[in-house]
Amino acid sequence: MTPALSITNAGVHLGGNDILQGVNAEIATSEFIGVFGPNGAGKTTLMRCILGLMPLCSGSISVFGEPPGQANRVIGYMPQARASLESTALTARSLVSAVEGGNRWGMPWNTRRSRAEVERVIALAGTEEFIDRPFSVLSGGEKQRIALAQALLGKPRLLILDEPLASLDPRNQMRMVECIAQIKATTGATVLFIAHDVNPLLDVMDRVIYLAGGRAAIGSTDDVVSSASLSKLYGTEIHVVRAEGKIFIVTAEGNVTEAAHHD
Amino acid sequence: MIEQIHYYLSYDFVRNAFIAGSLAGILGAVVGYFVVIRKASFAAHALAHIGFTGATGAALFALSPLDGMLVISVLAGVMMGAYGNRLQRSDLAIGMTLAFCLGLGTLFLILYKGFAGQATAILFGNIFGVSHQQIVQTLVLSGVSLGALLLLSRKLLFVSIQPNLAEARGVSLSALSIGFMAILAISVTLASQVVGILLVFTLIIGPAGIATRFCRDFWAGLITSVAIGLLAVWTGILLACITSWPPSFWITTILFALYLINETVCRFVLQMG
Repeated sequence: MTPALSITNAGVHLGGNDILQGVNAEIATSEFIGVFGPNGAGKTTLMRCILGLMPLCSGSISVFGEPPGQANRVIGYMPQARASLESTALTARSLVSAVEGGNRWGMPWNTRRSRAEVERVIALAGTEEFIDRPFSVLSGGEKQRIALAQALLGKPRLLILDEPLASLDPRNQMRMVECIAQIKATTGATVLFIAHDVNPLLDVMDRVIYLAGGRAAIGSTDDVVSSASLSKLYGTEIHVVRAEGKIFIVTAEGNVTEAAHHD
Repeated sequence: MIEQIHYYLSYDFVRNAFIAGSLAGILGAVVGYFVVIRKASFAAHALAHIGFTGATGAALFALSPLDGMLVISVLAGVMMGAYGNRLQRSDLAIGMTLAFCLGLGTLFLILYKGFAGQATAILFGNIFGVSHQQIVQTLVLSGVSLGALLLLSRKLLFVSIQPNLAEARGVSLSALSIGFMAILAISVTLASQVVGILLVFTLIIGPAGIATRFCRDFWAGLITSVAIGLLAVWTGILLACITSWPPSFWITTILFALYLINETVCRFVLQMG
């Protein structure tokens, strides 16, 4: 069976810097992958490469057996940057509708079929409660749910979620994770979930990709998020402490690294 | 009152003013909706004024003011579009270019002294001086730019709402941005021939800015925006007939008053809700 995503020796260099080098990963259909790493580790770059928005300098990527950019119909992408429509009264529903079939020519009429698709993602992302309220008055967590709903349009088989937990409080983080795990269970989609903190995803992840300094480690949480593996990746001494069922990542100096920070 | 309106409408120039004003109002409201959603109102403002330099400079190259304006503002629009979001956010770059172009326009004005009267007309508009030929020209060209805009509208809305997702779905952000800015430049130029640069800008951001503050979906916003634009233009022209103060003054004042009322109400409602 073709893997959902296969990354072979991928490298990206910009302005003499190695953003990514020698990244390898093979991800099976319906896997839930947590993607972690400090700021600037190349997480978003890797996602843009998978979407074909940025060319690789070396190596190759294939998405469901196709080169990047060819399979974007089946990828649902939730970007990190959120829509900013602060001064308009447009409802969340109208923003989801505008995205449905938004890559077609002509006027934004919605057919019965596209309206049904909009209803499907509204329910799937658990946004019924606030879907008819103006987007600008929604809370951060509700806005993230709308971005998730938009990413779910077109029944994607691969979900790329760029920091869906950013600036959410712990309770809303848990809700978001549960919602996405539920979506994965009902649709069978493969999930790439970028996050800062490992802990909220511990119960739902199948495997982990950890990026640091442009290099990547992939494997089970226990193998990758370990003192030995992270020390090798960061090139400096890192301690991974497990306590109370949670994971804390600390540098030799005792500072909690970014991996455990909340935004 | 009705009799009075009938009386004014018996004049050719008043009828022409109504037709030209309505066309500019509709075009401005529709283009403006996207300008507001895309947060490009400063770029639109700059585009209108950069056109002024084209109009005054046209004489140097033996072009008509309209051609000069079209060339300069489409060129500037395409450049702004090519820089895309980066330039839209870069108020400084637009501001500097705008200031430089207006400076250049002043130089052209001095070089061709006879142009001063026409320059005032281009800046502040002379809606009562619109000829039949200008109306036909405006009708055709605004029809074309409206058509082009509606053809792009679905993609434009998507890109304005979720640019990163749109890019991932294969919509070219820069092509769309260039296309939109070119349409905007053409609309601004056409309408400014009829109603003046000042009024074009008011008609582009005024009605759409007010409508987006309370309309909850795209079509309601677009239709309300057109309705507000037409209301302001018609009332403004009528008041100008009655008072003999310039229509540009009345239309800008009406829209400003509507804007203030709308902002106050919206703020009040938001605080309550």
